[in-house]
Amino acid sequence: MVATDKPTYKVVGTRPIRPDGTDKVTGRAEYGVDTRLEGMLYGAILRSPHAHARIKRLDTSKAEALPGVFAVATNADFPRVESGTMSIGEGTANPVWLVDNLLAGEKVLYHGHAIAAVAAIDQHTAEDACALIEVEYEVLPAVVDVREAMLDTAPILHDDLRTTVRARGVEPSANRPTNIALHLRLEKGDLEKGFAEADVVIEREFETAMFHQGYIEPQNGTAWWDRDGNITIWTSVQGTFNTRDQVAAVLKVDPSRIKVMPMEIGGGFGGKNPIYLEPVAAILSRKSKRPVKMWMPRDAVFLATGPTSATYCRIKIGAKRDGTFVAGHAYLAYEAGAYPGSPVGAGAQCAFAPYNIANQTVDGFDVVVNGPKTAAYRAPGAPASEYAVEATINELAEMLQIEPMDLRLKNASREGTLNSVGAPWPTIGAEAVMQAVKNHPHYNSELQGEDTGRGVALGFWFNGGMESSGTASVQADGRVSLILGTMDIGGSRASMAMMLAEDLGLTMDDINPHVVDTDNVGYNATTGGSRVTFQGGWVTRDLADQIKAQMSARAAAIWDVPADQVKYEDGAFVGPKERFSFKEMAGKLPGTGGLITVSATSKRNTQGPAFAGHIVDLKVDRETGKVQILRYTAIQDVGTAIHPSYVEGQIQGGAVQGIGMALNEEYVYDDQGHLRNASFLDYRMPVANDLPMIDVQMVEVPNPGHPFGVRGVGEVPIVPPQAAIRNALHDAIGINFYRTPVSPRVILDELLPKD
Amino acid sequence: MQALKYARAASVDEAVQMLRDGGPTAKVLAGGTDIIVLARERRRKVELFVDIKHIPETTGISYDSSNGLTIGAATPLYQIYGNSDVVRHYSALAQASHVIGGTAIQGRASLGGNLANSGPAGDSIPAQMALNGTALIAGPNGRREVPIVDFCTGPGQNVLGADEFIVSLHFPHPAAHSGSAWERFIPRNEMDIAVCNSATYLVLNGDVVTEARIALGAVGPKVFMVPTDALVGKPLTDETIAAAGEAAKATATPIDDMRGSVKQRKHLSDVLTQRTIRAAAERARG
Amino acid sequence: MTTANHFVLSAVINGEQRDFLADERDSLLEALRERAGIRGPKEGCNNGNCGACSVLLDGRLVNSCLVMAAEVQGAEITTIEGIASPEGLDPIQQCFLEEAALQCGICTPGFIVATKALLEENPTPTEEEARFWLAGNLCRCTGYDKIIRAVLKAADQKGS
Repeated sequence: MVATDKPTYKVVGTRPIRPDGTDKVTGRAEYGVDTRLEGMLYGAILRSPHAHARIKRLDTSKAEALPGVFAVATNADFPRVESGTMSIGEGTANPVWLVDNLLAGEKVLYHGHAIAAVAAIDQHTAEDACALIEVEYEVLPAVVDVREAMLDTAPILHDDLRTTVRARGVEPSANRPTNIALHLRLEKGDLEKGFAEADVVIEREFETAMFHQGYIEPQNGTAWWDRDGNITIWTSVQGTFNTRDQVAAVLKVDPSRIKVMPMEIGGGFGGKNPIYLEPVAAILSRKSKRPVKMWMPRDAVFLATGPTSATYCRIKIGAKRDGTFVAGHAYLAYEAGAYPGSPVGAGAQCAFAPYNIANQTVDGFDVVVNGPKTAAYRAPGAPASEYAVEATINELAEMLQIEPMDLRLKNASREGTLNSVGAPWPTIGAEAVMQAVKNHPHYNSELQGEDTGRGVALGFWFNGGMESSGTASVQADGRVSLILGTMDIGGSRASMAMMLAEDLGLTMDDINPHVVDTDNVGYNATTGGSRVTFQGGWVTRDLADQIKAQMSARAAAIWDVPADQVKYEDGAFVGPKERFSFKEMAGKLPGTGGLITVSATSKRNTQGPAFAGHIVDLKVDRETGKVQILRYTAIQDVGTAIHPSYVEGQIQGGAVQGIGMALNEEYVYDDQGHLRNASFLDYRMPVANDLPMIDVQMVEVPNPGHPFGVRGVGEVPIVPPQAAIRNALHDAIGINFYRTPVSPRVILDELLPKD
Repeated sequence: MQALKYARAASVDEAVQMLRDGGPTAKVLAGGTDIIVLARERRRKVELFVDIKHIPETTGISYDSSNGLTIGAATPLYQIYGNSDVVRHYSALAQASHVIGGTAIQGRASLGGNLANSGPAGDSIPAQMALNGTALIAGPNGRREVPIVDFCTGPGQNVLGADEFIVSLHFPHPAAHSGSAWERFIPRNEMDIAVCNSATYLVLNGDVVTEARIALGAVGPKVFMVPTDALVGKPLTDETIAAAGEAAKATATPIDDMRGSVKQRKHLSDVLTQRTIRAAAERARG
Repeated sequence: MTTANHFVLSAVINGEQRDFLADERDSLLEALRERAGIRGPKEGCNNGNCGACSVLLDGRLVNSCLVMAAEVQGAEITTIEGIASPEGLDPIQQCFLEEAALQCGICTPGFIVATKALLEENPTPTEEEARFWLAGNLCRCTGYDKIIRAVLKAADQKGS
């Protein structure tokens, strides 16, 4: 631990058992798909076998006539929505596109695009009915590669799409259809001058494949549209309010008429911000007058939910002979999927974030292709652009004959350095992390064995802010109910309870945290952007302050002393003569004006972004191209770790997702845009015996903008692995790879003689 | 799941009758790890599952040193690699059984099912062929035996006639100074379809190979035997092993697909053949 | 309904004789979840590649999505709901809690059932053996590190 003046905590930094743990190890925890309601129907969806086609005829009459079928829904069942921009959690969307993505309108735009939905007495019957739906297609040429989609000759997905230009000095192109939805540019300094000053200039091109979040729980949604016109939705999503507002927009119902129940969520990683089933289930419910439950089969999850963008990235860096970076240019083209909205903006801001480069320009392009609409995936946009930069820096280090970590340290971003959008960095841990990598025993150990290699890479990601709200009620027995509205996707009930307990001088067991539905707590933005514990800590601090103030006032009244003479110390109210423990004082509340309930909302913008450095050792089997990870160390500035076990867990999980991207995961499309590997069998996520233990070193550079110094921790660990592994492969076998994943097939192809 | 019925057969004859009554859409249900998925995803028309796991002959393992090994076609894999006789005398079979699917799959999946699927990459099939197995098939016309090398006829195709099914698999006792080995290549360390798999059985007289059976999978329309002229009658040396690997590579006729390229599979045919020869020889030397 | 073909499924589930209506089309997973209300086993892939639906069938670890409900007539089934005893959590469950071996928890029922089967068969697994046995159970949150630690700790505790 590097922290210098870290306060001493009693609860924060310990590792209590999480409040929802027992239910989850005994099978009692209820996820969305575990919903069972009286009279509930089951829904199924018919999906497109084509990547791009006009729907010439859609006939659902045979499905409707099948006994056991209660309702069929198509795009025509949605109200007409107006084009515009709305928030979808981590990103924005046009409501028209949202509707068309739920059930296709005139065209299907990707293999697996939903076309029609059926509600029936059971799952089997719903599937039977789907098979009876007749669709006549006019198949259109498809484009599934970002650079091909950018060509003038490419098939056009949306006739009305024009390029939005947010780049100084770039003229919007002619008024004709395009697949390029956005060209953005970030500029700092004078790029041309920078490159002119450089002694060495390196330029490299990279591609990254499309990756899926791979959460184990498929999307689900159960809806009940009651006869009063209110809709209740049971679902597993990252943001209940986010879901409510999207459903309201596409169904044109007031948000307050929709209640979203926060069922447990089986992983999301960004992918459970968009809506897929909830409005469809609601329409089926309205038509059938019954609750309708839907969930996606796994192939549909791969086909039709948002993976991350496949990308093409070109990086150019100019440096002085001594290693000083003087210029950087990044060209980033990101696939958006079928509708605009890739995370290229975030990718652009992250690309050079760890480094102080005075003259830089980042050009980003958001490009539609015939694939599923991409969604946020853990540090959305960052893994691709930072992989490209980190790989380029390693090659630059070799050109300059400078040790790779020394080169990074020489150029590290520091407090006050201007970032890519020209704003000064606050207190950040970039340098501390780089130093920790350099000093780590792993980095300094001797690498043994033939065909082994070591690689290192840095990573950066923001810390989201957005809005959180909560309520606390002091019970007469001295425990405190904590009512939350941020979905707990990996232990946030524990971290919130710990922060409140810390402030109240109580134990975690004294806090009873609950995540409740949208009618029963103030507004909460989505769980994403590594923001929940950050903003939640502000909420719990405010709640604790209010509780302490109100209970102090009651104690002062009992003791008949001025309120300012009551202090709260070590879990007790201390007056001039007497003291009450928190529990004793809680017991006196009913008789002194009633129990206390307080609420707080926070929308602070004092986030603490996070840096990470990963070290990997691996071995290559030259005969087969297989890579075995031998040792892995993830170092990260976590600000303050509230529950260190769950912080480590985030880092380990993120690192392993990155390892999957680096080695074996990828969407495989054929020329016609058919996804060939929509299964866990062929979309190869790491399994238990692919991996060693993932060692974690937490560096704690507290965020001065947070009561406990919290930084976002959940996302940055997915950023470094692709470059670290790519750099290690170079160390092992002397080959630089320019595309991820680097699968055994790719490695073997390089190792074998050319045909 | 498509509409279907389930029936449990108590004897081989009853199973044949059920299959016959059910017609072409009646399918044998052994471990079910493939056919249930195919039926659920409506990739195979199934109207009746005939469960053969309650027939004494289709489950269980019997071994003796004169008659060899007989394994009921529906015997789950865990019983196969958990059987000490199989591990001792039929290493290739034990190895393959141990890594097909994951542990839970091995609780159900069977050699008979793997063979009847006749997938080009079926992991146990090279082992079954290298160990010179025979399939006992029952059908409306009684029973017949088919050498496993002749069983598969193409991708997903085999010699099973209408209403026939595999009852059991028989493997002769291996010769003295013999050994067998199996290996596959997959991108992960478990839970993948083989990009290439290989099994070798060989008999040594001193350093000289007196008999060799090498089978390769996932590199052709079906699992096939590799010519062993480069090996048999010759001393086992780096050169003869390399020649056998070269023969494997030359015989392989793989396709390019998302799981592997022609170049990769040709190369792996050579690598895995050499590896299984070396491992089998080590066992033969005891 | 014309397509439904219901039958009474009788089996001992988590030590209790259960008789309930199922459809001949149901997998064991569907029958447990949607007919019997036993919702601990989860559907992650429905084709045997994720292990979230793992149960013990007559003591053996299987994917309940790859078993037809009709096959288990008369069998004994243990799901995650049957792992704890009336006296308390199984050491495996306790170790998963203590080691923070779960984040979202959706894979946890499968991992715990699979670990139960592992420790019955091999009470003292090495890390490598534990990783191999559990390779059929996918977890996307933890990177497996803390799960493997919990499994090895549970083995230690059961042994002592």
